[in-house]
Amino acid sequence: MKLLNHTLKYLSITLFVIISVWAAIFYINMLDEVYDSLDDGLDNYKLLIIKKAQEDSTILTRNEFAESNYEIREIPETLALPQKDIHMDTLMYMLNEEDFEPVRMLTSAFRLNNRYYELKVISSMVEEDDLIEDLFYSLIWLYVALITSIIIVNNFLLKKTWKPFYLLLEQLKQFKLGKDPVITPAETEVKEFKELNEAVGLLINRSLEAYNGQKHFIENASHELQTPLAISINKLELLAEKEDQTETNLIAIGQVIQTLERLTKLNKSLLLLSKIENKQFQDNEQVNINSVFKTIIEEFTDFADYKNVSFSFRENGQLLVEMNKNLAEILITNFIKNAIVHNIPNGFVRIIINPSSFTIHNSGSEVPLNQEYIFKRFHKKTNEKNSTGLGLAIVKAIANLYDLSIGYSYENGHQMTVSFK
Amino acid sequence: MKILIIEDEPELQEVIRESLEKENFLVETASDYTSALNKIISFNYDCILLDIMIPGGSGLDILQELKDLDKSDNVIIISAKDSLDDKLAGLELGADDYLTKPFHIAELNARIKSVLRRKSFGGKNTVELANLKLDLDDRTLHIENELLALNRKEFDILTYMIVNKNRLVNKTSLAEHVWGDHMDEADDFEFIYSQIKNLRKKLKESQAGVEIQAVYGLGYKLMVI
Repeated sequence: MKLLNHTLKYLSITLFVIISVWAAIFYINMLDEVYDSLDDGLDNYKLLIIKKAQEDSTILTRNEFAESNYEIREIPETLALPQKDIHMDTLMYMLNEEDFEPVRMLTSAFRLNNRYYELKVISSMVEEDDLIEDLFYSLIWLYVALITSIIIVNNFLLKKTWKPFYLLLEQLKQFKLGKDPVITPAETEVKEFKELNEAVGLLINRSLEAYNGQKHFIENASHELQTPLAISINKLELLAEKEDQTETNLIAIGQVIQTLERLTKLNKSLLLLSKIENKQFQDNEQVNINSVFKTIIEEFTDFADYKNVSFSFRENGQLLVEMNKNLAEILITNFIKNAIVHNIPNGFVRIIINPSSFTIHNSGSEVPLNQEYIFKRFHKKTNEKNSTGLGLAIVKAIANLYDLSIGYSYENGHQMTVSFK
Repeated sequence: MKILIIEDEPELQEVIRESLEKENFLVETASDYTSALNKIISFNYDCILLDIMIPGGSGLDILQELKDLDKSDNVIIISAKDSLDDKLAGLELGADDYLTKPFHIAELNARIKSVLRRKSFGGKNTVELANLKLDLDDRTLHIENELLALNRKEFDILTYMIVNKNRLVNKTSLAEHVWGDHMDEADDFEFIYSQIKNLRKKLKESQAGVEIQAVYGLGYKLMVI
């Protein structure tokens, strides 16, 4: 739920309660005032009638309301004496309305010439149901008007006020570590938003610093490892050349050299990965993917023959892309190497090149790969000692750099499709 | 042939020196900018192995100095940084080759000899050993003046082995040299074996004066019979 609607929800509930309670109190008060005023009028009328009755005794014979609004009836003393002024609501048939309508009636008693009379004076009164209805509708309109104005204020004014916030939010959604552009918060006079912008800016700068530090750490560490690796491998090579070496020693030296070479590969792959992610491959040129494939397939022929894997290469068009040539070669090499290394004896590697994509289809394990993991660093499915577990991570890094999409599917083998935009 | 190693890491300096002395080169070393500068100003070398990151300055400045002094010493940069910019800058300043650490001794040998060959007088790019004569420009092999046809990989293997004669050539080094750096993850380089087998057969049939021996677990060695 949006913030605007959230406040609106609470406001509307609160307003509803306030208006309802206010309406009830207002109604009671108003009615009370109306009664008070009516009763005062009736009391006054009573005095006027009694006064008139003293002068004009014909009045005393009016024992029906008829056209006037009072009636006088003679009553015995016993009834008259305890009679107090009573104001009450009653119904009376109204000709104009053709219905019984509420009236206010004062019942009183007075003594005139030692005779006792009962006096009833009426006054037409507000119709309560009409009043309630009117009030109800007015309040509904008031409520609707209030809510509408709040919505309008929210949408126009608050939206304007919250603009820096939404702008920042939008930028944060787009933000990716290591990817430009950086966040540029909108100018604002609101203290909270200023603080938010500052806090976000600080947080991002710190993250970027840590991220860059880490990026360069990997690169520097890899560089620093090169010289000790060179010394170790070269010393062992010289050691192996010593004439008095036994075969057992040579085998042991060979194994150590191989292990160091694995370390070298791992180090080189990490360095490469870090360089790709640090965008150190800048010079783009038009690369013909078809010819890159041909060159690399040629390089891998001996290896494929040895593994008994057959190649097929189909061109449905020329695939020309704008990218760094080295990276294009690395991308394709990694795919082909992967397709051969993870293949089965008498297996196949089929390469299909289309004008905007290429597909590598190869036999291998019969279980489809888990797409979530295959591009992760150091994710190894098998325990192959000659795999660094970085090949597809490098592929992914190159794909990310050039916004390429890599699709994987399993159908009589593994299929990887790289699409260029 | 005189070679100068400009490298600040004493142990690496030492292994390179030991390896080069086996090839009968005269080796001198310098481990910082000033001593390197003194040596290049005072002497001429056939080849200089130059590390870019040395204490007291940059290897690129040494290259600049060589250029300013109008010296035509061959320079091979050996750097821990596999950086295209450094490589281009180095080659621009007159370096002949660029080798990234870590490297195999056999590869260093091949590079040095290639550089020396390229700049040697006469400009004949040939290698001779026993009754073999390799022409590296025409990519042909003559044994006792008889042409022996080799495929591209056989020729590259033989060249690399001859340049590193009597030395142990690591199979990774051979694979990387002949098949390219991309082969680095191929299992154990067993696939090299079939090419070596064919090459051996051809050499034997043509009564070549050399043979390629396998060194178990490590690689191969070319010996003059």
